[in-house]
Amino acid sequence: MIRQSFDDSLGSLVQDILRMGSIVENMLDNSVESLKLQDLKLAQEVLKMENEIDSLEQEIEHKCLRLIATQQPFAKDLRRITAGFKIITDLERMADYCEDIAKVTLRIGAEDLIKPLIDIPRMSLLTQRMLKDALDSFAYENIELAYQMCKDDDEVDHIYAQVIRELLTYMMENPKTISQATSLMFVGRYIERIADHATNIGERVIFLVTGIKKELND
Amino acid sequence: MREINKIEVKNLNLFYGEHQAINNVNIQIVSHSITAFIGPSGCGKSTFLRVLNRMNDLIDGVKTNGEVYIDGKEIYQSDVDVVALRKKVGMVFQRPNPFPMSVYDNIAYGPRIHGIKDRKKLDQIVERSLRQAVLWEEVKERMYKSALGLSGGQQQRLCIARLLAVEPEVLLMDEPTSALDPISTLKIEELVRDLKNDYTIVIVTHNMQQAARISDSTAYFLNGEIIEHDATDIIFTNPRHQQTEDYITGRFG
Repeated sequence: MIRQSFDDSLGSLVQDILRMGSIVENMLDNSVESLKLQDLKLAQEVLKMENEIDSLEQEIEHKCLRLIATQQPFAKDLRRITAGFKIITDLERMADYCEDIAKVTLRIGAEDLIKPLIDIPRMSLLTQRMLKDALDSFAYENIELAYQMCKDDDEVDHIYAQVIRELLTYMMENPKTISQATSLMFVGRYIERIADHATNIGERVIFLVTGIKKELND
Repeated sequence: MREINKIEVKNLNLFYGEHQAINNVNIQIVSHSITAFIGPSGCGKSTFLRVLNRMNDLIDGVKTNGEVYIDGKEIYQSDVDVVALRKKVGMVFQRPNPFPMSVYDNIAYGPRIHGIKDRKKLDQIVERSLRQAVLWEEVKERMYKSALGLSGGQQQRLCIARLLAVEPEVLLMDEPTSALDPISTLKIEELVRDLKNDYTIVIVTHNMQQAARISDSTAYFLNGEIIEHDATDIIFTNPRHQQTEDYITGRFG
């Protein structure tokens, strides 16, 4: 088999990206759990993971650059590397949002939650599934899964709108809730953005497999 | 955009004795464009290049059938003046092959054969051709010294200048940079890109990056057939045929 070592490098690039993705999955899970359970230690954990993501992003970016410089990739090889380049940027943005959620946990601290959190964890679970599907679609180059996953984004948007409406009623009823409710609105917004980045990954996978750019996020 | 077909080939077959080297090739080459032929060794791309100015006529045992039109005129018809054809459709080879004479005489050789004797006229042609080939500045002080003293890259540009001196319309280039260092290669590539404005260029290359860098369209040859011919952009980012993909990504064989 010619180009065995190049194929090995491409394979390890994909593995690295999946590893980065699974850390982001954990970060999302942990950040929303920390908020729900008011677990400040868990929130601190998320902040530490963010650092790991930053160094992983740099490491993977460097690998991509080296492959382009030394292997002169064309066609699908080139698309795989450029998709990787873009995907790690999406993942890094997602990790930033998780960090922002963990910071909300720290800000709220021990103060009582204005309401038990139900919809935000639901949004989070759905978004985690989207991210997992996005990464699987990348790993297996499965575009059906990528399309499927993007449909979940509508549901995330739907719950997000609901969260905003509900928090608004709390604020109108009791101005003392405004500070925390605003923070929780931001959390909803962060998760909604993470889901958008998951659909971006889906678009990259479709480009990787078909060579055609598709806008799935409307 | 002038989207006129300079060259059109229909159902072309070529045989070396019993061996069929080109199998039913059809292609259209747009005027003022650069077309790259890529493919593994022995796939017929150089042979096909020689079809376009009937250079294969010089090789024993070659039989060709099919139609080749240049500017709408079929070049394999019996009334075609082959010398005039090769003046119109010139060729540059893999290894630079300057004549063992001065720089000046190398360039003036073609025009003299075609009957230009006037010294002033020849001077003009020599300077113009060398300038077009971006060699003038490097050789103007040594016009009457042997061309064999030039570097490989300079010699290749000299050969291109020699070609341009007879005012061709189509330039066929058979791996013109394969014997050159990277800097000379880039100079030739720059030159080829500039020449595109005035000529139609077909280039055979084993250097995939070169094809990707300089050509407008790329044809992939395999076993005497054109597997895929499309915009270079498409061939190198999203080719339609798996065989093309395998070749350009280095997974052929």
